[in-house]
Amino acid sequence: MTNPYMPVPMRVEKSAVETADGSIRTLTLSFARGEDGKAFSFLPGQFAELSLLGTGEAPFGIASSPEDSNLLDFTVSRVGLVTTELHNLKPGDTVGMRGSFGNGYPLEHLREKSILIVGGGFGFSTLRSFTGYALNPDIRRLYKDITVVYGARNPGLLLYRADLLEWEKRTDLRLEVTVDEADGEWTGRTGVVPAVVAGLDIDPRTTIALVCGPPGMIRFTLPALSELGLSPARVYLSLEMKMKCGIGKCGRCNIGGAYVCTDGPVFSLAELNKLPQEY
Amino acid sequence: MYYKTIKKNEVGRFLDGLLAEYTVVAPVRKNGVVGFDAIQSGEEAILDFSNTTASPKGVLMPQLETLLSARAGEEEAVEHTGMRKPVVLFGARPCDARAFMFLDRVFNDGIARDVYYGNRRDALLIVSLGCTRTRDTCFCTTTGGGPLSTQGSDAMLVEQGDGYTVHVITAGGAELMNSRGLSDAHEGVGEEIRKLALQITAEIDPPVDLSELKTSLDNSFDTAAWQTLTEKCLSCGVCTYLCPTCHCFDIADEDNIGVKVRNRIWDSCQFPGFTMQASGFNPRPTYRERHRQRIMHKFSYCDDNHHMTGCVGCGRCVLECPVNLDIRRVLGSFRGRNGG
Repeated sequence: MTNPYMPVPMRVEKSAVETADGSIRTLTLSFARGEDGKAFSFLPGQFAELSLLGTGEAPFGIASSPEDSNLLDFTVSRVGLVTTELHNLKPGDTVGMRGSFGNGYPLEHLREKSILIVGGGFGFSTLRSFTGYALNPDIRRLYKDITVVYGARNPGLLLYRADLLEWEKRTDLRLEVTVDEADGEWTGRTGVVPAVVAGLDIDPRTTIALVCGPPGMIRFTLPALSELGLSPARVYLSLEMKMKCGIGKCGRCNIGGAYVCTDGPVFSLAELNKLPQEY
Repeated sequence: MYYKTIKKNEVGRFLDGLLAEYTVVAPVRKNGVVGFDAIQSGEEAILDFSNTTASPKGVLMPQLETLLSARAGEEEAVEHTGMRKPVVLFGARPCDARAFMFLDRVFNDGIARDVYYGNRRDALLIVSLGCTRTRDTCFCTTTGGGPLSTQGSDAMLVEQGDGYTVHVITAGGAELMNSRGLSDAHEGVGEEIRKLALQITAEIDPPVDLSELKTSLDNSFDTAAWQTLTEKCLSCGVCTYLCPTCHCFDIADEDNIGVKVRNRIWDSCQFPGFTMQASGFNPRPTYRERHRQRIMHKFSYCDDNHHMTGCVGCGRCVLECPVNLDIRRVLGSFRGRNGG
């Protein structure tokens, strides 16, 4: 019988600083054992637990595209014991992983639609996974327009700079990067994410929005999406909650009867409207 | 299903017989408190109690267990899931036996079976002790059980005169009771037990309709009544620790010199840290939200997810609450409510 609490060993291939203040890094991991890699698959929007035995484990969205399921990116903000130890890992070190967990973005519902991706700060990680996935030539033709709105508090906190530069050059994706507060060198857009969303010209009949970000951004983005004419069934949110087991047993991540780890983390606004406002 | 019989003064010897093949966990009295423990000799077991202070859930879900460990310098973690010697849980009340049916739905389901729970479960047989000593705090009939309910038991002892009638319920129960020198029970004992069950059931408050209650609770999530009903709660969590169905847990690591371990420990939805996020945001910041979670989880969410109420009506939380918060009164105040 397989043990759902047993992590598989992963090798750290790369640990890259994402933000100017060094508080966020992206770890690139590969499977230490080939058979674990073969048995593993995931969808954009799913998460996994990273494990350091003796220190602890914590859930992270998978930040890379599933097109390459043998190299996995995890973006880690340093806030406590486990994340500090994860930041200290060097290429060649071993880290445990268990997953993939959760439902992921609703790929079936997204087919033949225009996709509006709205991300804020650290919440962009699984949206980066989806965007990378969607831009794959075989996948891109499944969707109409793709618009990415991504914001951070200041330019130093923007993640995935190389991706943003590459996406900017593309003609099959519209990219709107914004910062709340510019610094001297910033030549891009200044303003909060909800304001950028409010100014978009989209067709609400064919568009589906995928949203992930801090609570403040969510609170003001949802009314903006509603103003654009998107019904609650066309808005998907990826939620965060304190988790331990990742498999619906430890009992802490529920919103009403729904477990964020197994029923989520992605919920449509229509689904969330039926659940208590306890998140 | 059939009946055997055992005299009270033969129980100790019967348990000694079981001890040759099984680990036997039975009620014992220690420092004036009745609780479950592994016994070494049949005479340690006591059967003259109403119910134990703590539930027997620790047999399948220990308060602390090691999930994984690794010695210093070892990369590969050791899984602590090994098969155990078969265990007989002896003398659990029917409410507690039924609670394992609920825990099975959480931990022993096919999708993500909890191998630690599952391996222990495979090695467990339950001999319950029919309830002939109800307490004022009992409400098992509301939650679908009953004082002589056989749900969840492999065999059940029912006190009758100077002995016990042994109700053999499952094949596992038969394995325990056959070839141990127990006499067959007298003709008509089944009918006697049915009558006894009705008599004892009459001592318990009449049952409340839980499906109607669930609807009322679902409509009352935002009601101000949660505040007033639960305002005396201290968030001490004793209700969750004594509860036979509460199963929420934490996973916590330790790095002792030389060995790294990952432990699972009981946790409680009544503690602020249970849902506190790394950012400092807490979706259940006060006793109001936490107490509501406990009630809603048991009487609404469990029904949605596991098709069984997450309460067996043992009444421990009522009996031991330091501020006399009575779950029956909390539930009662929501009956027939439609929001507001």
